[in-house]
Amino acid sequence: MIEIVSRERCIACDKCIEVCPTNVFDRGADGIPVLTRRDDCQTCFMCEAYCPVDALFVDPRSHPLPAPPDERALARDGSLGAYRRQIGWGRGRTPGAKLAVGPALDRSTGPLTS
Amino acid sequence: MSEREADVLVLGGGPAGTWAALAAADAGARVVLADKGYCGTSGPTASGGNNLWYVPPDPEARATAVAARFEAGGRLGDRAWMARVVDETYRRVGDLAAWGYPFPSEDGAEVRGSLQGPEYMRRMRRRVHRAGVTILDHHPALRLLVDDRGVAAGASGLARQRDAEPWTVRAAGVVLATGGCAFLSGAFGTNVDTGDGHLMAAELGAELSGMEFSAAYALSPAHGAHTKGLMMQFATYTLGDGTLVDVPDPLGARERIAELLAAGERVFARLDRAPAELREAMRQAQPNYFLPLDKAGIDPFRDRYPVRMVLEGTVRGTGGLRIVGDDCATTVPGLFAAGDVATRELVSGAVSGGGAYNGAWAIASGTFAGRGAARFAAGRGRPHAVPSGGAGPAGGTLDPAAVVAAVQAEVLPLDRNYFRTRDGLRRSLARLDALWRRLSAEGLAGTGRGRLRAREAAALTAHARWAYRAALAREESRGLHRLEDLPLRADLEHRIRVGGLDEPWTVREPPEDPRLAPPPVSRDDAPGALT
Repeated sequence: MIEIVSRERCIACDKCIEVCPTNVFDRGADGIPVLTRRDDCQTCFMCEAYCPVDALFVDPRSHPLPAPPDERALARDGSLGAYRRQIGWGRGRTPGAKLAVGPALDRSTGPLTS
Repeated sequence: MSEREADVLVLGGGPAGTWAALAAADAGARVVLADKGYCGTSGPTASGGNNLWYVPPDPEARATAVAARFEAGGRLGDRAWMARVVDETYRRVGDLAAWGYPFPSEDGAEVRGSLQGPEYMRRMRRRVHRAGVTILDHHPALRLLVDDRGVAAGASGLARQRDAEPWTVRAAGVVLATGGCAFLSGAFGTNVDTGDGHLMAAELGAELSGMEFSAAYALSPAHGAHTKGLMMQFATYTLGDGTLVDVPDPLGARERIAELLAAGERVFARLDRAPAELREAMRQAQPNYFLPLDKAGIDPFRDRYPVRMVLEGTVRGTGGLRIVGDDCATTVPGLFAAGDVATRELVSGAVSGGGAYNGAWAIASGTFAGRGAARFAAGRGRPHAVPSGGAGPAGGTLDPAAVVAAVQAEVLPLDRNYFRTRDGLRRSLARLDALWRRLSAEGLAGTGRGRLRAREAAALTAHARWAYRAALAREESRGLHRLEDLPLRADLEHRIRVGGLDEPWTVREPPEDPRLAPPPVSRDDAPGALT
């Protein structure tokens, strides 16, 4: 679930408001997005992928953390913008799609029935 | 109130919707695409990824692939449709390559059998935009429009980022590409998929098929909902005390894990069967499997992590609107269905279309439906459109959140939906039917943007009732439908249709409907045919 919109990094471009498929954000009075419908966050990381300044942090847990994580620590260890980096979005990066040669699903054992 | 006119209206902006919009625009139609969320991020493809049923045009290889899939799908698929889907997918993936999708290379050759979700859907949006299609983001549809003869004629809804302003698009052909229904389980990227399109279509009398194959569950780390199955082929499973879970094979593990979880056990996974030299490639192939684990401080190759099973319903299950023509026509005139809102029995039969088959189906059915809707629109005058009228629940007092919770209580638990019993299904249906009667009598509360939540609650209720009614009509176990003590029966090798809202019904259908044409022999191999 989305935990952090960094006030230090956010440039009020509204991109996350636009791309969030479940409409979690609203524009705040000062332009910084607010999490009006946070319960609707489905932890899909798309806002992180699209944020041009790595200002967002989506925690992998489907429920809110008891206290928000430490933004500075996340910034230090590269967790802010990690998804965008991993899929190779952003200037000077190689699209992750180009590197995505992973293992095939071994279908010799029969079809998925669940 | 915003009002627009179009030749073709596409509802839904995932892969099926975007391919439909491109095909319709290519056929010369003026196209509007309305997405509940954002075209480019909505739905499980954008947030996840797609393996594709991708078979180059070698007749022998294709015949083998189709024959194998037909058997794997419990002989409920349709071989002519499978051949069409394989062929269309191959050529449309050729378009993607021609448009510059960054396919990876292996030994100097491009590998085109898999697409990374965010990259794929970002590019599809750009392509749709360039084709001159009007994209309406955050425009959920609530109702279909019909003309005075009951032919689909557009849709109306609300603009949820514009104070829920009402919108209407009148169109001479309509493509539904609104996705399946995962019952708001939270499964990765599926919360926009609440079966809205099925409800709108059923209000016009549309039929569904394959709804008994709706019990698709996937494994995810217990703390989240990242249901990505590919990597689980490398998992070793253990119980809380470290005891190894004995599973028949890595993929067959799911049923055993489901049994244990249904019995209240905690089950842990560790991907320690992954060869060391493959691990970096695994990370690059599916960053969105590993990133959530990294962020949670779990090294899946080293640490045991608890897992759970999350319902994916008809997103990965195969049921949906019944298709009655090569152009993906539904049983409602003027209404075409593509992607997960349509039945995928044609390519998947009784088993999950997860991954490759649904991905190919979205591309092919989207293209067929977009062309079909454009052709239909070209032969029809601008329709006089009216809202679809009184069918379905109206505004009222019932709390949508309470309705959603009541439906989830019937469909999410493994011991009700994964492991089905006839008595259990009957008890669930009695409660769901009572819930439908209540929401019909009392109406659902919600104004402004809340009207969407009311519609979603009604859609989930209708979906669960179709799924369980079809399940009761299939007195055997086949594919995704597991009915206690009842093995597969050779005499039940047929599909089951279901439909209706106030009075749902089921009826059997023979497989490989002879009215559907044999596969077209295509000579059009030119890439960029859709540009």
